[in-house]
Amino acid sequence: MTIDIRLHHRFGSFVIDAAFAIDKPGITALFGPSGAGKSTVANAVAGLFRPAEGRIVLGDRIVFDSKERIFLPPRARRVGYVFQDSRLFPHMSVENNLRFGWRRAEPRADANEFARIVDMLGLESLLARKPAKLSGGEKSRVALGRALLSSPDLLILDEPLAALDAARKAEILPWLERLRDAARLPMIFVTHALDEVARLADQVVLLRKGRVEARGAAFDLLPDLEFASLAGTTPLGAVLPAKVAVHRDDGLTELAFDGGALFVPQLDAEAGTPLRVRLRAEDVMLARVIPGAISANNVLSTTVVAARVADESHADVQLLCGFTKIVSRITRASYQRLEIKPGMPIFAIVKSVIVDSR
Amino acid sequence: MLLTQTESEALLLSLKISTVAVAAALPFALAAAYLLARTRFPGKAVVDGALHLPLILPPVVVGYLLLMMLGTREPLGAWLLAHLGLRFAFSWKGAALAAGLITFPFQLRAIRLALQSLDRGLSEAAETLGAGPLDRFVNLVLPLALPGIVAGAITAFAASLGEFGAIITFVSNIPGETQTLPLAIYSALQTPGGEVEAARLSALSIALALVGLTLAEIADRRVRALVGQ
Repeated sequence: MTIDIRLHHRFGSFVIDAAFAIDKPGITALFGPSGAGKSTVANAVAGLFRPAEGRIVLGDRIVFDSKERIFLPPRARRVGYVFQDSRLFPHMSVENNLRFGWRRAEPRADANEFARIVDMLGLESLLARKPAKLSGGEKSRVALGRALLSSPDLLILDEPLAALDAARKAEILPWLERLRDAARLPMIFVTHALDEVARLADQVVLLRKGRVEARGAAFDLLPDLEFASLAGTTPLGAVLPAKVAVHRDDGLTELAFDGGALFVPQLDAEAGTPLRVRLRAEDVMLARVIPGAISANNVLSTTVVAARVADESHADVQLLCGFTKIVSRITRASYQRLEIKPGMPIFAIVKSVIVDSR
Repeated sequence: MLLTQTESEALLLSLKISTVAVAAALPFALAAAYLLARTRFPGKAVVDGALHLPLILPPVVVGYLLLMMLGTREPLGAWLLAHLGLRFAFSWKGAALAAGLITFPFQLRAIRLALQSLDRGLSEAAETLGAGPLDRFVNLVLPLALPGIVAGAITAFAASLGEFGAIITFVSNIPGETQTLPLAIYSALQTPGGEVEAARLSALSIALALVGLTLAEIADRRVRALVGQ
């Protein structure tokens, strides 16, 4: 299903003029600093906000077209919405909250689907409780389940992690990953946190001051220095799709990616399992010659694509390993000592590889 | 029996009149509160003020106005009697009408406050889950406003029990028909040697108030627990 979003609206001196399309399932991060207009865009897609001009198409359904004077109300859009503050109905049990959207959906998901989602989000033991008796993370999970059970064509998650502390975030993230990998549903994930984008997003739309500044695949944009400077952040690192290749006798598991192999401590996953791997910029060291005796297991042969001084003491270097972009953050002193220039071959020593589920 | 016939009659009549008064005024209070809390229209401030008139006017004036409109010889009163068989003058129904009118602003204010403090975000969430306006009103707004509705009804009921001026002006003081507890106390005090009777009736009123307060507290807790507060 292709989702086409175009809207224009003026709030005093602030103008939202955003257009982008989503043509793949999975998570599209609508990323940008606060005040960029992310929630306004999300609300326009859900029908909670009516822009002055624009057109929003979900698959073959035009849900908004200012020229044709089409504006479907939220209840007719089949857009699930997970709000930052959960917005569970306080007078209903968890089960009745879950069934609220399910009962009103056309066509309604069958009972197996209900059980499957309850199971996937681990809600079984919460069903009889009232929302006031839930923790923050549990509320988020129920809100997620409630939106999913309304059989949406598109799911919007508006900063679902922003109100949670680090421990709760860590609790809910695996559920979001499971959802991303299990549901064949396009999702718009609104966030201002780059680490959430790195962890969850398949595609990224960068919104700044009401405009789309960049968009593309997460593994392409995240290690990109140009993107980082547009986003006004330091590059966190690379995200790459990998596969379990082989479990070796020496206690390591070999992962294959588009550019070579990575070795990680034994993984509990069958050969062929797709994984999402992150290489943080600070964990990638650079060397002109291949180091001999070294404890790091991963030494990749790469080419420098771009480099820039980041601040007084750091520099960021963008590398290409096969077809995969990697980014390294080194000190400015090393940057000068190694005389790093675009086009030069260099070895990337990866200190640690973070393996996320998938 | 602890109570004399006059006393139990006055007690039961008080309860009946207050119950009918509150129940009959509730739907109007709900509609008015919804209009004031959720909509905008020209002249809203005037309507708002007018709906609070019963609170501001002396009850005797309210009783007098009712008598002027609904006396059986007045056009409206005669019409109601002829076409609906409804007679308010000198009937307990008139007492209920007077009490309901006087205590209407209590219900209106409590319900309006409850509606205004409802989280609009919940309504938006319900919309994205497929609920239309009526659906949201019945399944979300009403249950969530229930503590306010109950609080308003309790206040109005208590105020109805004590209503004197409007009732005695509109429907007079007829034992067994319109003589509620306060009116019975007044009658006893007007009768030579009626001080003991007045004291007994006052004690009854105090006992009723205490029981009522306890029940109201229990009801309030139950309802709040029901809506997850």
